[in-house]
Amino acid sequence: MINKKALLCVENLKVYFQSNGARARAVDGVSFEVREKETVCIVGESGCGKTVSALSVLGLIPSPPGEIVDGKIIFSGQNLINLDEKAMQKIRGNHISMVFQEPLTSLNPVFTVGDQIGETVRTHKKIETQALYRYCIQLLKDVGIPSPEQRISDYPHQLSGGQRQRVMIAMALACDPDLIIADEPTTALDVTVQAQILDLLRSIQKKRSMSILYISHDLGVVSVIADRIYVMYAGIIVEQGNTTQIFRDARHPYTQGLLASLPSLSKRGKRLNSIPGSVPNPAYKPEGCPFHPRCPHAISSCRKEFPKMCDWRQGHLARCPVLFESNGHKGSS
Amino acid sequence: MNTDKQDSSEKIYIEPPLAPKRTRWQEFRRHFVKNKLAILGLIIFILFFFCAVAGLILTSGSNPLFDPAMVRLQEKLRPPLAKPNLVSLKPAEVPTLGIYLMGTDDLGRDVFSRMLQGAWVSLTVGFVAVGISVLIGIFMGGIAGYFGQHHIRIDHILLTLALIFGTGLMIAKFAFIGTLILLLCLAYIFYSRQTRDRSEEQEMSALKMILHGNAFSVDTLIMRIVDIMLCFPSFFLILTVVALLPASIYNIMIVIGLTSWMGTTRFVRAEFLSLREQDFVAAAKALGINNFRIIFRHIMPNAIAPVLVSATIGIASAILTEAGLSFLGFGVPPPHATWGNILSNGKNFIFDAPWLTFIPGIAILIVVLSFNLFGEGIRDILNPKLKGRS
Repeated sequence: MINKKALLCVENLKVYFQSNGARARAVDGVSFEVREKETVCIVGESGCGKTVSALSVLGLIPSPPGEIVDGKIIFSGQNLINLDEKAMQKIRGNHISMVFQEPLTSLNPVFTVGDQIGETVRTHKKIETQALYRYCIQLLKDVGIPSPEQRISDYPHQLSGGQRQRVMIAMALACDPDLIIADEPTTALDVTVQAQILDLLRSIQKKRSMSILYISHDLGVVSVIADRIYVMYAGIIVEQGNTTQIFRDARHPYTQGLLASLPSLSKRGKRLNSIPGSVPNPAYKPEGCPFHPRCPHAISSCRKEFPKMCDWRQGHLARCPVLFESNGHKGSS
Repeated sequence: MNTDKQDSSEKIYIEPPLAPKRTRWQEFRRHFVKNKLAILGLIIFILFFFCAVAGLILTSGSNPLFDPAMVRLQEKLRPPLAKPNLVSLKPAEVPTLGIYLMGTDDLGRDVFSRMLQGAWVSLTVGFVAVGISVLIGIFMGGIAGYFGQHHIRIDHILLTLALIFGTGLMIAKFAFIGTLILLLCLAYIFYSRQTRDRSEEQEMSALKMILHGNAFSVDTLIMRIVDIMLCFPSFFLILTVVALLPASIYNIMIVIGLTSWMGTTRFVRAEFLSLREQDFVAAAKALGINNFRIIFRHIMPNAIAPVLVSATIGIASAILTEAGLSFLGFGVPPPHATWGNILSNGKNFIFDAPWLTFIPGIAILIVVLSFNLFGEGIRDILNPKLKGRS
């Protein structure tokens, strides 16, 4: 494996939300990195802090309730947490851009598609109207929208869900960013369109050689698109590794549970597995390992000690010392 | 494998065909045509508009076609459609139409010419006053809705009060104390700018804690100002202000505008509170678009529909307010005709010459009604919940 340069490096990020006197630890010490030309996936259940991590990279945490308490977000050499609003606006859209979950509501209903794509370009670059028009058409062509000359003057409600998501991707691509954060971009789409969008993202990434941080709860999607995977649970990363390592050789009981609950042809006719219990309330997380109330392998020390990251091999890490030690390895962190 | 992927990237997926295209404007027109009363309102409004513009052109200048100021004392209080007495009039004094279409008043002035001149006043007062109030309303409402959760610090409030107080003192001939207070304020601003970067490292003293505490939110501030403004009986506020200011049409427009922006502010704020949480606002932020552009270019077009409706109805009430002011003698100064002061002059002769009150009265009624009908028609069309009713 070639060691590429890290483009985005998040270290020990903690984002807390203040609500009704309680402190919701939505993201509680997350570290991950995205290297150049790489697709990294963050996987986890709803409410585990995936989206919050992604939004804090862009500095979009709503500030009265939310707060970045600790950590670093290094993007091509500069710490984004220390930047002020003005400097952040130059990064957003220009160097990092985002594709949102709901293509239905993420487009402004009163602007044409062309206006919205052009808006991003105009915000960051000086460009003539004619050149902008041609550029928008080229972008729409790139994201595979048929007859872009006609579609460019359409309003979002005239497009289908898949086309809207393509427009969102075109908007994200408009300034040739180095990193695209895709927050569950295929969740609202049906399966055939989902496959098309994933294909599109992959081909664009190859053409434009950029990185994608892909956030999803859908392991099926992740297996198709990811180079490396981070599994999140209750605001922490529980396991990380490349796609094969995670899917063939999951080492954390939570990841194992997730994989076991995927439907597949070999399990036809049998009941699907499910992980008992539900995600803990981020304001009242259990002490020790946050997964221990639902964990089949939990031992008494899980209740007290916060688990360390254990190195299995070649960048495959899992936050479960119990399984690690029972397999005869020595703990390391 | 590799070639396969490249193939897929070249492919253009053909999406299913779309429903027949209908733009927003077409949709709007389709519903509008069905609404007979709104159409009627629009037609009357267009007629009124052309009358007002024609009135401005035909009644102004050194030698106008219709002279509203032409006094013919021998022809006073002639009823509508009366023929002028050609024997006693000089050729220049004969009305252009050959008859007094709407009669003459107590000085023998042609009421038709005066109505034409007054139409332009009503039109401009209506539009300019509502323009001012909508601009203020959109700005205040937008700020309150979008930045509402931000808090104002106590030291900022004290600073603002001190600045106002200091300026007041300077104007009121206590120049020394006033200057001292202003200088203190400037010193505090300078001091707080200098220490802002280091504030995290220092321990906060008790006084500083109080000064840097949050007093209230921007939303509270603006909406309480709105509440206070709404508490004044606005017509009497206008009367007071107009009594203090020199009487002129521009003062009246500005005063009406400044006392009627509260409704718009509430509308815009309410729209912004819901639109602010929409995904497309988050998407716009994620693309690096700055706050003011998001407020005025991305959210505002979505919030403008109810504002337009209330503005249309606001025009009607502004015309009515102006007519009321002119009627009471606080409006546009006398030689210039407005519908209000024609009405006011006419009330002395209401039994001898009822047309002097009826004609401007009915004109005001029709124009105000047409604006109201038009405004409510648009509201019904733009509000999807009311679609298909009526």
